[in-house]
Amino acid sequence: MIRSTPELEIDILHSRGAKGGSLSTAQNIHQKEIHVIYQFDTVIVGSGGAGLYAALEAGQKSKTAVLSKLYPIRSHTGAAQGGISAALGNVEEDKAEWHAFDTVKGGDYLVDQQAVRILAEEAIQAVYDLENRGLPFNRTPDGRIDQRRFGGHTRNFGEGPVRRACYAADRTGHMILQTLYQQCIKHNVAFFDEYQVIDLLLHGSTCNGVVVVELATGEIHTFVAKAVLFATGGFGRMFRITSNAYASTGDGPAVCARRGIPLEDMEFFQFHPTGIMGLGILITEAVRGEGGVLRNRDGERFMERYSPTLLDLAPRDIVSRAIITELRAGKGIRGDGKIDDYLHLDATGLGKEVLQSKLPDISSFCQTYLGIDPAASPIPVLPTAHYAMGGIPTDVHGRVLGDAKGTIVDGLYAAGECACISVHGANRLGTNSLLDLVVFGRRAGRHIADYVRQADLVMPGKDAADEARARIARLTDGGTGPHGGEITDEMQIVMMEKVGIYRNENDMRAAIAAIQALRERYQHVRVQDTGKSFNTDLLELIELGNMLDLCLVTATSAVARQESRGAHSREDFPDRDDGAWLKHTLAFLEQDAVRLDYKEVDTSIWKPKPRTY
Amino acid sequence: MKIILNIQRFNPDTDTGPYFQEYGVEADPNERLLDALMRIKRFQDGSLGFRKSCAHGVCGSDAMRINGRDGLACKTLVKDVVEKEGETITVEPLRYLPVQRDLIVDQKPFFTKYRFIKPYLINDEEVEGKERLQSPEERMVFDDTTNCILCAACYSACPVLGEKRGFVGPAAIAQAFRFIADSRDRGRDERLQLLDNKTGVWPCQNHFKCTEACPRSILITKRINQTKELIKKHQR
Ligand SMILES: Cc1cc2nc3c(=O)[nH]c(=O)nc-3n(C[C@H](O)[C@H](O)[C@H](O)COP(=O)(O)OP(=O)(O)OC[C@H]3O[C@@H](n4cnc5c(N)ncnc54)[C@H](O)[C@@H]3O)c2cc1C
Ligand code: SF4
Ligand code: FES
Repeated sequence: MIRSTPELEIDILHSRGAKGGSLSTAQNIHQKEIHVIYQFDTVIVGSGGAGLYAALEAGQKSKTAVLSKLYPIRSHTGAAQGGISAALGNVEEDKAEWHAFDTVKGGDYLVDQQAVRILAEEAIQAVYDLENRGLPFNRTPDGRIDQRRFGGHTRNFGEGPVRRACYAADRTGHMILQTLYQQCIKHNVAFFDEYQVIDLLLHGSTCNGVVVVELATGEIHTFVAKAVLFATGGFGRMFRITSNAYASTGDGPAVCARRGIPLEDMEFFQFHPTGIMGLGILITEAVRGEGGVLRNRDGERFMERYSPTLLDLAPRDIVSRAIITELRAGKGIRGDGKIDDYLHLDATGLGKEVLQSKLPDISSFCQTYLGIDPAASPIPVLPTAHYAMGGIPTDVHGRVLGDAKGTIVDGLYAAGECACISVHGANRLGTNSLLDLVVFGRRAGRHIADYVRQADLVMPGKDAADEARARIARLTDGGTGPHGGEITDEMQIVMMEKVGIYRNENDMRAAIAAIQALRERYQHVRVQDTGKSFNTDLLELIELGNMLDLCLVTATSAVARQESRGAHSREDFPDRDDGAWLKHTLAFLEQDAVRLDYKEVDTSIWKPKPRTY
Repeated sequence: MKIILNIQRFNPDTDTGPYFQEYGVEADPNERLLDALMRIKRFQDGSLGFRKSCAHGVCGSDAMRINGRDGLACKTLVKDVVEKEGETITVEPLRYLPVQRDLIVDQKPFFTKYRFIKPYLINDEEVEGKERLQSPEERMVFDDTTNCILCAACYSACPVLGEKRGFVGPAAIAQAFRFIADSRDRGRDERLQLLDNKTGVWPCQNHFKCTEACPRSILITKRINQTKELIKKHQR
């Protein structure tokens, strides 16, 4: 019998993945550079969970390109550990309504409630959809998706913890990213890997493309499109100690802000209570969900004093503040009252088997970076900058909103951590971000597919890339100037110390002055790498510029908000003030200044109440 | 402590071939090799090219050859190398993939081979608005293989690829197994067929170098051997 056995074609190894788009080149005589213009219906910027899900949806109905500065599979969604929430009720009774309420309360009522209703209700199908697409969730003995406890997720409006987090060991995000990437391969999504977006094109108030640097060649390209979705993830790299990747530099929000798009609720940045001391590497809340407890130097389970009902599973803002309060009171393990003292996360009670089967990566991080076995010794932890609640304002279809009135910027979309819908309000609950990616990534993708069918393509002018080109020309003009390293260090320290977990007017004013000075210095930085191919030096400098802009917006939004709510805790204004401050901030970056505006919060389902756990 | 990184450099715009450059850098013994590389890049020489993102061994960006062994710079502590092998550390790009710049290699051949084995669940059966059932035991059969971060350390470590560049390589086979062994998948035969040839599983000679290199503790060689067994059982 002759059987045809397909063998790997080596020729295809070098084929480029740019199918589907039409392409034209224009010689730019002055700069002697090839300026390539790609044309698509839809351009998705970012290939984490949000971008890939949107690409799957939009890609089936429109000519779609995914641009990502990383290979898709390297996106930071892959770092998410603990779980994705949905009221499946697989192991105990649960309801979408409870999930929605917990999210609103967790977000200290700065949450748009109809959006959260959608999040909690669509969660259930979203998780089943991921499973159907191949995601290997952990299972119950009867073969259903297993679920575990997570911070702030409760049964019956706060009675006690509920098992709502669906998980694949402690690599849930990795499995979501893998599964979605696999589906994109199956559906032939066109990827442009290592293409870094540096500018957004707007024609009046309609978006018509982006400007991109191709890492491999250093060439600047224009992607023309009817719809652009930003899904560029978080920006924890503003801070010294963070769980975020080097790539988490907030490029999408920064690019939008420079083009006049407001940024919403940027003062709300979440510090996760349990990062590995000194490194910031995350130890998932699932450790506490499975029974781990925080202890101070006396071995005391101190969360009993701060959150009698939920204990160690109180929302993150509360636990992080409790940790800092303990440290300041000299209850840290060293006991010197210093801010870099630490506490213990005690997982020794979980047993080797649970750690092996449900938290293997955590065990491996502890081995690798601390040389300890969490089954035998407690883990030294400190809060780590983790999640941006704020970002590009959108509606529930991912459409970007250009002002406080809710005017839609045609053709511009955002989803995932870089967006602010707002379903996380002043403090996100664990497992709700992965959910946000899937639910709203999908919704945005679907909306785009419909939108591009009736929208006209507006070709940008010949000078579309000029501003971006000028920025790069300045950084690479061969002049001498400071390098980015020191500026990055100083920025991260200022933000960590003065715009961190506890804040006050004086510190934040000092931070703003320091950031302004760094932005001024940034005007003189120059690359050390003067080459074109794979100039990571240049791209990192551009990222630094983005972060400096976001630092300014964050600190300015924060100093203005004279109350404490969720992750924004003011020593000088310790209480929540619904009368004055139950409103979303909208910050407009105007050159070196930030103009603030505000808009209403949707509280149509639950009236704000004091937040106790 | 002071360490010396002896790094292979290459810039396609200006260099005719690769060369080594030494950098002296202060490093804490408990630091990651990636921290030392970042310090060089930020404070000594911005032109040094390498990839990185997550910095804790989960994204697969910074696989490279460290004193001749393939691994992640962010999962390699300075002290672990220095204590055994001295304070000069040689750092090179992965093997068998074209070097694009310094420590950056072209990953396309690696990903093309990954795509070749149909790395996605194949199953057209209807599901009624819920999950497909799978027991914990069924899931455990392929659990370790779902750890793969596609870093290509195993690819570079594989001696077979040195001779047979067409070999699909360890990661792709482990990923084929990941789906073949998944009780929900229906693509077993088509994948086995893809691998039953001279670029598929058969070139593997059980050197175990891939398994040793894998930063995600995947039992790659075992999974390759299981795949061979499945081919014998179902394809012959
Ligand atoms: C360690 C860790 C653990 C977490 N655990 C959980 C958890 O258990 N549950 C949960 O719900 N949430 C968790 N989170 C939060 C959640 O993982 C993230 O909020 C979420 O994954 C962000 O996804 P994203 O798609 O928005 O962005 P990302 O996955 O960060 O992807 C961003 C993408 O944008 C691309 N990009 C960025 N800038 C540019 C540019 N200029 N040009 C082109 N492309 C660009 C990048 O290449 C990347 O592809 C965790 C977060 C961290 C850091
Ligand atoms: S099998 Fe291991 S070494 Fe190979 S690509 Fe996957 S994670 Fe890397
Ligand atoms: S930087 Fe992500 S694996 Fe090392």
